[in-house]
Amino acid sequence: MEVNSFLQQLGQQLINGISLGSIYALIALGYTMVYGIIRLINFAHGDIYMLGAYIAYFTTTVFKLSFLPALLLAMAGSALVGVLIERAAYRPLRNAPKIAVLITAIGVSLLLEYGGMLLVTPQPRTFPTLFTTMTFKFGGIIVNSQQIVILVVSLLLMVVLTYVVHHTKIGKAMRAVSYDTDAARLMGINVDRVISFTFAIGSGLAAAAGVLVGVYYNSIDPLMGVMPGLKAFVAAVLGGIGVIPGAMAGGVILGVIEALVSGFISSTFRDAAAFGILIIILLFKPSGLMGKNVREKV
Amino acid sequence: MNTTKKNDLYILGASILVYAVIQGLIEVEFIGAFWLLNVILICINVILSASLNLINGFTGQFSIGHAGFMAVGAYLSAVLSVKMQMPFLVAILAGGLGAGFLGFVIGLPTLRLRGDYLAIATLGLGEIIRITILNIPYVGGASGFMGIPRHTTFTWAFFIMLFTLFFIKNFINSSHGRACISVRENEIAAEAMGVDTTKYKVLAFTIGASFAGVAGALFSHYFYIAHPASFTFMRSFDILTMVVLGGLGSLTGSIAGAILLTFISAALASYPEWRMVIYSLLLIILMLYRPQGIFGSKELSLKLFSRFTGGGKREHAKD
Repeated sequence: MEVNSFLQQLGQQLINGISLGSIYALIALGYTMVYGIIRLINFAHGDIYMLGAYIAYFTTTVFKLSFLPALLLAMAGSALVGVLIERAAYRPLRNAPKIAVLITAIGVSLLLEYGGMLLVTPQPRTFPTLFTTMTFKFGGIIVNSQQIVILVVSLLLMVVLTYVVHHTKIGKAMRAVSYDTDAARLMGINVDRVISFTFAIGSGLAAAAGVLVGVYYNSIDPLMGVMPGLKAFVAAVLGGIGVIPGAMAGGVILGVIEALVSGFISSTFRDAAAFGILIIILLFKPSGLMGKNVREKV
Repeated sequence: MNTTKKNDLYILGASILVYAVIQGLIEVEFIGAFWLLNVILICINVILSASLNLINGFTGQFSIGHAGFMAVGAYLSAVLSVKMQMPFLVAILAGGLGAGFLGFVIGLPTLRLRGDYLAIATLGLGEIIRITILNIPYVGGASGFMGIPRHTTFTWAFFIMLFTLFFIKNFINSSHGRACISVRENEIAAEAMGVDTTKYKVLAFTIGASFAGVAGALFSHYFYIAHPASFTFMRSFDILTMVVLGGLGSLTGSIAGAILLTFISAALASYPEWRMVIYSLLLIILMLYRPQGIFGSKELSLKLFSRFTGGGKREHAKD
């Protein structure tokens, strides 16, 4: 009996962890692509995720749209904002010291958070229920329809992304720019356009994650992006920053570990666990689980 | 060499004059409670930004977890003065030493990392420190450590700030400090020249962390409370912003950055909902138009003033 309930608890936490983890994975993809191309920790990325959730909230409550159009609109709107941010705040600093760009990213992040508070008030809002909740039981483990939607949508998006990166011209250009920006430019690739495109894709994926979180937890607020943003970055580092499959794996691993820590140890240590993993990974395998070791140029 | 000492004496004299004027203004209550709070905050912020500048600006190690060390100092000193009835000076020293020790222990393994990786690791460590404190019931857990006596006065804050600045200035101008700067300029070349880079990185990190601890002690003994929410990564960003705004590698820049940002946030205090929006816009605009900070890596010095008065001997060929 003891063993049985333990296994049941473990299975339940695994399910919760995987659905949470696929959300981290979606955000981490944006981090990893942007970092891979312009070597910038885009602190504003977590707030794009919040933006996506709010766009979906307003399109579903004010315009009474259903889930899918709301999701697509949120992705498109956030992609646009992502591109605008890059244009206005990061592009002028292309050759500036790294720390200045990082401070700018922090500034943009604060602007989105507190500007958002001005516009939509700091109070959390209840995200509308977009489909009836159904629960399925598999041998004592409960899976609800939201978790299935999260899994299906994030898997679909990851498949599309993999296709875009590996089988389209712009994907090839993205890989080329991230491998060697100067050489790519010499080969006639419009680097600025590729960077804009990367921001658009990353922001769109983060927005999708925001909508899914809204559906899952039924609550959104202007500061909701801060912690998931940081943790998604941890996920990106865990998988090997700049590596797309790494970000996916890192997100899922982080989600599962978090669920296990909060299920079996204490939920207050959940956030510490994420950062603890980060430190351990950085100390023993700084290039991440799937990253390649890059020799330093002297 | 002699002129440097003379300059130091001039600066010391000028500082004491500044102290006397401000203390006088406090005595006659020209500076009220609100501005007194901000004057003390400026002193604390100068300690924080100068000590972070030692790590980020002079040694070139990108650390963004300074608030964690501040938290250690704040809590450790609070425990000493509340639970053990120690005098304030002992509490401050213990806060500084404790944070410094932690900085040493953390710095030894993490400073092997470079650039962004070090940044994100220190950010994570800062958060781990905060979450750990949050989970210790002995120091109040999530509701914070309350009932700390208000020992921090303007006099304490000002003279500790002065001590910090002189300490860091003299450190930078010593052979150890030069070694730290060589690590910033080119780590591989420094190593090839026989500089023990690990030693100097850890040394700068430890010194920076201990002064952050001292600032934390002053902070908690002014606000009666040490609360985990005061030491989130947002506070680390705040300190980093002061450093970058003033100029990485400029001690006078750190002072200017701390004063400017504290004033900006004080001036915006009456518009709470607009405060952070304006603050963030200022950050972005400043970075876009002056990414190297106000002073760059130059120091504002008496030499600059003596240029106007016509005197002033050149002490070094540099600049």
